[in-house]
Amino acid sequence: MRDEIAADLSTLPLHGSGTASVTWWGTLAFILIEGTGFAVGIGAYFYLATVAPAWPMAAPPPDLLPGLIFTGLLLVSVVPNMMVARWAEARDLRKVRAGMVVMTLLGIAPLVARVFEFRAMNVWWDTNAYGSIVWMLLGLHTTHVLTDLADTVVLAALMFTRHGDDLRRYGDVQDNALYWNFVVVTWLPVYVCLYGVPRL
Amino acid sequence: MRRVQRAVALALAVGLAGCSGWQSALDPHGTDAARLAGLMWFVMATCAAVWVLVVLTLAPALWRRRAPRPDPLALDAPRERRMRAVIAGAVGATVVVISVFTLTSFVTTRGLGVTGSDEPTIRVRGRQWWWEVEYLDRDPARAFKTANEIHVPVGRPVRLRLEGDDVIHSFWVPSLAGKQDMIPGRTNELVIRAERPGLYRGQCAEFCGIQHAHMAFLVVAEDEVAYARWLEIQRSDAAPPSGPEQEAGRAAFLSRQCAACHTVRGTPAAGTTGPDLTHVGSRRTIGAGLLDTTRGAMAAWIADPQTLKPGNNMPLVPLDADALRDISAYLVGLE
Amino acid sequence: MTQDHDAGTRDHQVDRTMLEARLAKTWRTDPGLWGALATVDHKIIGRRYIVTAFVFLALGGVLAMLMRLQLAGPEARIIGPDRYNQIFTMHGTTMMFLFAVPVMEAVAVYLVPLMIGTRNIAFPRLNAFSYWMFLFGGLLLWVAFALDMGPDVGWFAYVPLSGPQFSAGKRADIWAQMITFTEVAALAVAVEIVVTVFKQRAPGMSLDRVPLFVWAMLVTSFLVIIAMPAVMVASTMLILDRLVGTHFFNPAEGGDVLLWQHLFWFFGHPEVYIIFLPAVGMVSTMVATFARRPVFGYLALVMAMVATGILAFGLWVHHMFVTGLPRLGESFFTASSMAIAVPAGIQIFCWIATLWSGTPRFATPLLWVVAFIVTFVIGGLTGVMVASVPFDTQVHDTYFVVAHFHYVLIGGAVFPLLGAVTYWFPKFTGRMMSERLGTWSFWLIVVGFNLTFFPMHILGFQGMPRRIYTYQPDLPWHGLNLFVSLCAVMLVAGFVLFAVNVVRSLRCGVPAGDNPWDAPTLEWATSSPPPPYNFAHIPVVGGSNPLWESPEKLPVASGLCLDRRELIVSSVVEAQPEARESSPQNSVWPFFAAIATSVMLIGSIFTPWAVVWGAVPVFVTLVGWFWPKGTPEDAA
Ligand code: HEA
Ligand code: HEA
Ligand code: HEC
Ligand code: CUA
Ligand SMILES: [Cu+2]
Repeated sequence: MRDEIAADLSTLPLHGSGTASVTWWGTLAFILIEGTGFAVGIGAYFYLATVAPAWPMAAPPPDLLPGLIFTGLLLVSVVPNMMVARWAEARDLRKVRAGMVVMTLLGIAPLVARVFEFRAMNVWWDTNAYGSIVWMLLGLHTTHVLTDLADTVVLAALMFTRHGDDLRRYGDVQDNALYWNFVVVTWLPVYVCLYGVPRL
Repeated sequence: MRRVQRAVALALAVGLAGCSGWQSALDPHGTDAARLAGLMWFVMATCAAVWVLVVLTLAPALWRRRAPRPDPLALDAPRERRMRAVIAGAVGATVVVISVFTLTSFVTTRGLGVTGSDEPTIRVRGRQWWWEVEYLDRDPARAFKTANEIHVPVGRPVRLRLEGDDVIHSFWVPSLAGKQDMIPGRTNELVIRAERPGLYRGQCAEFCGIQHAHMAFLVVAEDEVAYARWLEIQRSDAAPPSGPEQEAGRAAFLSRQCAACHTVRGTPAAGTTGPDLTHVGSRRTIGAGLLDTTRGAMAAWIADPQTLKPGNNMPLVPLDADALRDISAYLVGLE
Repeated sequence: MTQDHDAGTRDHQVDRTMLEARLAKTWRTDPGLWGALATVDHKIIGRRYIVTAFVFLALGGVLAMLMRLQLAGPEARIIGPDRYNQIFTMHGTTMMFLFAVPVMEAVAVYLVPLMIGTRNIAFPRLNAFSYWMFLFGGLLLWVAFALDMGPDVGWFAYVPLSGPQFSAGKRADIWAQMITFTEVAALAVAVEIVVTVFKQRAPGMSLDRVPLFVWAMLVTSFLVIIAMPAVMVASTMLILDRLVGTHFFNPAEGGDVLLWQHLFWFFGHPEVYIIFLPAVGMVSTMVATFARRPVFGYLALVMAMVATGILAFGLWVHHMFVTGLPRLGESFFTASSMAIAVPAGIQIFCWIATLWSGTPRFATPLLWVVAFIVTFVIGGLTGVMVASVPFDTQVHDTYFVVAHFHYVLIGGAVFPLLGAVTYWFPKFTGRMMSERLGTWSFWLIVVGFNLTFFPMHILGFQGMPRRIYTYQPDLPWHGLNLFVSLCAVMLVAGFVLFAVNVVRSLRCGVPAGDNPWDAPTLEWATSSPPPPYNFAHIPVVGGSNPLWESPEKLPVASGLCLDRRELIVSSVVEAQPEARESSPQNSVWPFFAAIATSVMLIGSIFTPWAVVWGAVPVFVTLVGWFWPKGTPEDAA
């Protein structure tokens, strides 16, 4: 078999951004995996609620305040998150650095509210199946907040090093922003389950 | 009974009808099992035909003569079109076959478990690794418990309420009906109707731990008279000991740990961890189908249940030779 | 920065020898242990993955023979109930989670990049990580088994038997955590495959030109992505129930026993197509080569695979027909299960049509294809039988079902796999496998298999439940059981001969050349075995059967850099080139990350706090993994 040159690709960019980037697709695939995980968790919640004679089981519905604060913080964080993504696209290093610091703080703040949220469930994980599923959903979501926070912290640090001003890093920042939006979006159905369904 | 089984086994070994025996889905003796067997034969015959057709098309596809084709990409357009048509037809036929299967399955299922109005109701609880059988009655005083053997009247539907006590078990008497799981926290129902008198063996079908293999039971289908007599006997308390040996046996039974786990109605023994032994001597087997109820087997079981059925929930209770002899005499005598 | 690398040497600026030397240097794997731990070459990892999976097949097979030994006679006392329960659980778990799924993904890890004309899989480090996780998960299971701590609750570990009350000790936890290991590994590969297929196809390989094996792996990967989270959630719940006292499955506290079954089978049913669809891809590939014509009904086959993938999520309840669910619902699942016969039928019909109108050449791979069709159809038809609720109430949890699933698993997946090994062996190793030994092992396995497993249908009708360690002499089962056990020896002899053939051919097989079968797909356009960079120039594709369309010369693209690992990223549908992307350098961090993750996961069997302190090393290794090292690959 002889190679015969049929196309010249030397003018292509050295790195693809957006949908031309494999990491973007990879992030999407992981979002699909974890989104399915959330869907399964929520499915299990409704399954248990359906077989149970009463829901919530032997517990008052959760207190609203910590959950509201948490949700509020998450929703607020979407704005700077989108802005960071935009700045990254524009390769504005200074703004991206500032934005990443803000996003780090906005990752930590809801976690504080989250601690109180566990308490506000008014039930322990080992009280009954209702407590178990409620804690599991909260735990699952908390893990996502934590992992994305870790990612944000490392990226923020990276942006302050000499590796920062680089197309790949800007791509990473955008992917991280995409993932944070996912963390916010998945919270909404979980929120409805945890706080809304027991009040029906 | 053994001899009958041997004969059946022999018949099988000789290679006769692959599917008969006293625990066989294709040798039905119950109304439901017969319906199921009918459906199964129909589905199997159709599938066998499908397989033969597939192989009969595959063979010429492989071995028919053909002209050489030097260019792998040169395709004969009219033949491609013909093949497309044939495949479309085959797919259509597939749709027809599976629709018929779905429909007959649905109809068959609807015809299962037909009950009258006043059938006997029996609660069967699967326990690791034996069956607790409770004959329910509108008058609770007339309800009673037994184990590992279920008597039913021939020709009458009997309603079974299936429960799992610890883990999931599955109630299955292939000659009478399909299986149904016994699930902790739920109650399932199954209706069986034996069409001929006889002994039907059943076995736990859901893996339930170390002795899942030895969790069998018997269904005894008998005529109304025999059934009514059996009910009366079972309802009554245990017979008083009929001799000095049995007398000593009862005393030993009551003074050892036995009574903590077993009930013998009419005595202080009221444990519920193990099978009710009030009429254990009348049952054909002990240990959930493990051994025929003979005196020797009884003694062997009591002396060392863990060797006979490793891991089961009855511990080895140390007994001297006399106590062992007396207790087994007593228990075998509880008819 | 951008400028220097743009100015670096390009592939059209040097002659062929120089080109190959430079590429080999850029893409090399260092010799020695360190190099082996650090490599991210998909071929090396794929080879490792395949060999490891076959080792697990052999181990699972040994367990199968132990079971057959015990079951050969009534009330045999060779293996006690406790060991037997561990053995069948280990057999099922090993075969499903450590052999069948990984081996298919492993073949894909090796072949997909070659078939679509790229130089490495997407996320090669994740690929390395995936292999280590798979290996450590398998070791966890088998070391536990050697220490008499092997799981003993069956490969689907039904609660409450596997729950805290009825499974003391760590056996069930080891099963559940092994699930986590293998699922992480499988999910990682699935992501890699999806992204590789979407984004790294050779220029011009639009979706309608993608080889069928690649299509099969794409659909399979989506199945993995959507199915596996369910079992991860379930096994996590199980571990929580066992470790920290939650009550997901405890009916006494509002939990539900069937929740486990729903979650498990929502994964477990797609799982069987995760095993079967790659085999469909292999068969489609081999059929075309050995009938010497493009496969008949390309589009129909693709649609059939996609349809199977979608339907796969609508029939999990057929594993629960006797749990007492509402009858109408069950009928729905009968209908949906039977509907799978339509895409399955389309596949079978298309392959037969391909053979009919082609010119079959009876080399061993084609023999396997034929045996596959004959055998798999039996298994598929028994599948249709058990899909009928009333039928299933009699045969569920009996040897009839055991027969069904070995027919589809071995006839439907292992036969094509053995064919595929024979078919691609020359590509993997540069040498042909012996046809004579191949034919012998073929007949031994095919005849041995059918003699071993066909009688199990009858045993099922005769009322023999599965998962029993023994049966009583007065039951009419011992004749057939003895027969089955004896025939299994023949089956094993066939497998051993196959292994002998592999080992011998590795050392003294006939050298193969690039394209010994005159096959049409791109993996045959490069040398056997392929160089570390796969293709000296990235091919440019103009049709579905590139090597048949242009047998003499391969159209390729030029203009790629030589001093960084460069490949082409292209658009999803049309495969228009979009960028010259770099592929990561070798790194030992994925190995460390896998060790850290394993420590965390194994620790969490014993204490929930392991998740907390175990996360620290995981974090550190991940930072090491992703932190830029300033190599040419970082350039953008
Ligand atoms: C590779 C793996 C594989 C494959 C491909 C299949 C394929 C199918 N399986 Fe199987 N199955 C398993 C692996 C597999 N299965 C395993 C491992 C278990 C047991 C798990 C356990 O309990 O341990 C199981 C169990 C199982 C059950 C549960 C049984 C029980 O526990 O009681 C059911 C029930 O519906 C079922 C159905 C089917 C159906 C309808 C198909 C269909 O996809 C088959 C379709 C194919 C054909 C029908 C043949 C080709 C078609 C034609 C030639 C057209 C003409 C056909 C007709 C007219 C009908 N399977
Ligand atoms: C792909 C999956 C797969 C495969 C290949 C097999 C292969 C075999 N299986 Fe198994 N089996 C299952 C999946 C599989 N099985 C599952 C999922 C269960 C259910 C478990 C449960 O209930 O929980 C089961 C259960 C099961 C049972 C029921 C146990 C019970 O319910 O009590 C039996 C009984 O006979 C059995 C037998 C066999 C036999 C004889 C083989 C033979 O085919 C094995 C022959 C193979 C070998 C002996 C290996 C030799 C190989 C080599 C030498 C390899 C060469 C090596 C290199 C090239 C490196 N299997
Ligand atoms: C800790 C509880 C326990 C104690 C103590 C105990 N048993 Fe049992 N026994 C059981 C259980 C559980 C079974 C059912 C075993 C099985 O079949 O799996 C059983 C079964 C039996 C059976 C067979 C019943 C049948 O119908 O199959 C007999 C007979 C019996 N026990 C007698 C005795 C005698 C006599 C003693 C005292 C020496 C005794 N048991 C002590 C728990 C106990
Ligand atoms: Cu009870 Cu199996
Ligand atoms: Cu299935």
